[in-house]
Amino acid sequence: MPQTKSTSLKIGAAQLRLLERLSNACAVSGDEGEVRKIVLEEIRPIADDVKIDALGNILAVKRGLAGGAPLLKVMLDAHMDEVGFMIIQDEGDGIYRFDTVGGMDERQLVGKSVLVGKDHLPGVIGAKAVHLTRPEERKTPISLDVLRIDVGPGSNKIKIGDWAVFATRFQRLGPSLVGKALDDRLGVATLIELLKHAPPNIDLLAAFTVQEELGLRGARVAAYALDPDLAIAIDSTPANDLPMWDGSENAAYNTRLDAGPALYIADSSTLSDPRLVRHLAQTGDALHIPYQFRQPGGGGTDAGAIHRQRLGVPSVSVSVPGRYAHTAAGMARLQDWQHTLALLHAALERLPADILSVER
Amino acid sequence: MSNSLTPLLKSLITASGLSGFETPVRSLIQAAWEPLADEVSVSRVGSLHALRRGQAPEPRPSILLAAHMDAIGFMVTAVVDGFLRFTRIGGHDPRVLPGQAVTVFGRQPLPGYIVQPPARLLPAHAQEGTLPMEFLWIDVGLSPAEVARMARVGDVVAFAQPPLDTASETLCGHSLDNRASVVVVTHCLELLHSRPHAWDVLAVATVQEEETMLGAVSSAYQLRPSLAVAIDVTHAAGPGSPAHRTYPLGKGPALGWGPNVHPRLFKDFKHIAESQEIPFSIEVMPHHSGTDAYGMQVAAEGIPTMVLSIPLRYMHTPVEMVSLKDIRRLGRLLAEFIAQLTPDYMTAFSWED
Repeated sequence: MPQTKSTSLKIGAAQLRLLERLSNACAVSGDEGEVRKIVLEEIRPIADDVKIDALGNILAVKRGLAGGAPLLKVMLDAHMDEVGFMIIQDEGDGIYRFDTVGGMDERQLVGKSVLVGKDHLPGVIGAKAVHLTRPEERKTPISLDVLRIDVGPGSNKIKIGDWAVFATRFQRLGPSLVGKALDDRLGVATLIELLKHAPPNIDLLAAFTVQEELGLRGARVAAYALDPDLAIAIDSTPANDLPMWDGSENAAYNTRLDAGPALYIADSSTLSDPRLVRHLAQTGDALHIPYQFRQPGGGGTDAGAIHRQRLGVPSVSVSVPGRYAHTAAGMARLQDWQHTLALLHAALERLPADILSVER
Repeated sequence: MSNSLTPLLKSLITASGLSGFETPVRSLIQAAWEPLADEVSVSRVGSLHALRRGQAPEPRPSILLAAHMDAIGFMVTAVVDGFLRFTRIGGHDPRVLPGQAVTVFGRQPLPGYIVQPPARLLPAHAQEGTLPMEFLWIDVGLSPAEVARMARVGDVVAFAQPPLDTASETLCGHSLDNRASVVVVTHCLELLHSRPHAWDVLAVATVQEEETMLGAVSSAYQLRPSLAVAIDVTHAAGPGSPAHRTYPLGKGPALGWGPNVHPRLFKDFKHIAESQEIPFSIEVMPHHSGTDAYGMQVAAEGIPTMVLSIPLRYMHTPVEMVSLKDIRRLGRLLAEFIAQLTPDYMTAFSWED
């Protein structure tokens, strides 16, 4: 592969350490404080303007170098929140009933360790011993109604309303990255890097949003406040690239690991602006940065809320493909993250000032 | 010395040692037992034997303390496009498996996860409900070519959940069944280090309890003890578990009662527990005790056996929970019982029908 011109942004040890901190931070929708703190630490020294809005979004501006005509206002979005749990009832002696926050498959909860509350108290979601179950019973998944978080007898440090997350620690497995919240801390880390290396030809409006997992709620008000000309949501999208059960071809993979950033043409909440999709693809082609088109279909990103704001905002989403999102351990590839960062940075650098005056 | 029990237990549950593949954990147990024993050896099938000689004149009676060291896990059955299919070693509830951290013991240890494929990649009948184990994969995060080079059919797979300290001196993790009992035996040996005892003590870490009880039957036959005690875990009361089949966590060990237990031994252990003010539960075992006692009782011409258990929550999941207090109490109960055994205990040992 020829050397690319604009891929000055590299994922090195510092970026991996930042991703590790972000992935291990506990920030369930509505409780994004821990991630907010890390983001603010990283961007305060370099952004022209940083504020926190009514919902807890971080809105940061990095202005370009205007010659005469005003620069394109480009909103870049990554959500800070992750799926998780909330304690809803204290049953005494360290046993707590809980609910899920965000979309999770109940079958993924059983037998996991969790961290509860501000102090990250360790606990487990256990299951009745297999010896005490009947074969028929084992055919039915264990429902949330009977699952409990157990922090050990005699503990009284947990309150109803405390949030909890899977206790999974960030891990590298060969070429892969594993974490509980790569969705969307990969996006957050990417956006931090882009802010730090903002190209001078645009006004970069960064939104680190809250409550994406509960219906894109942070992005909606962020887009109103920032009032951008166009927007790019940076997220993580499922790579369903596992073998089919019967060995037939998997035609429902959504995206594949190792195939580069996933460009969205259409999902269930947004029809991407074709000019932006074309520009991203042409950038990838020109610079030999691999990319893939996400299979059109379900799912969605913050773009779903952003593109319907005010007069309408031409929008597109770019995701790092990831397996097993919304489980204890999501998995992505370092190379895909590298290519996502490189493609976004190059596409912004090369963004034509008149991109929105051409026909869709 | 007993404050080293927690680090020992954490190291034992972190080491691998699936049924039939106990060597890694056995070497750790051997290192812990060697300073506490007069002789240490390994049986023909891999169980660890540690002899601590008593002070009575020979021929001395002996008591065998059996704690199985093997753990449940999995074995690779196929390698497909970088993903691994697997089957079980020991008893598993398939509902516990999706999303679990594991280590695949390939050409080198490969960390990975048991993963549930998206519904669209499954046959219609498996898209909802419990996904049977045959549809789950293990993903080790490597390229298909690397996986093909590093892993093959027959590789063993262990849970990799790290130990977790929970409230009130409880510990969570995988393989606490039955590494917690290995620590009980270790604690007993430590206590006997400073207590005279007439009998020989045979500490045995047995193999393959979760599959065939090979270790229990072979070591009981080889060592031919006067008495044998199986130390294992039992079900602790906890969420979703029926009260009539569970015993309180952190409130002392459970003394087994049933056909696998000699009533005289039960009576004497109960007496020691009461006189030492060690809290305990009585665990009724109407048939198979599900422990090494089942195998040891019928070794050779038959051996009087006892079952002592540590209450444990969420058995055979990677987040089993035990109380360290119960481990210490059970170690003390065993040491007290052994210290009080007289050279002629067996002559008076009888059925009191």
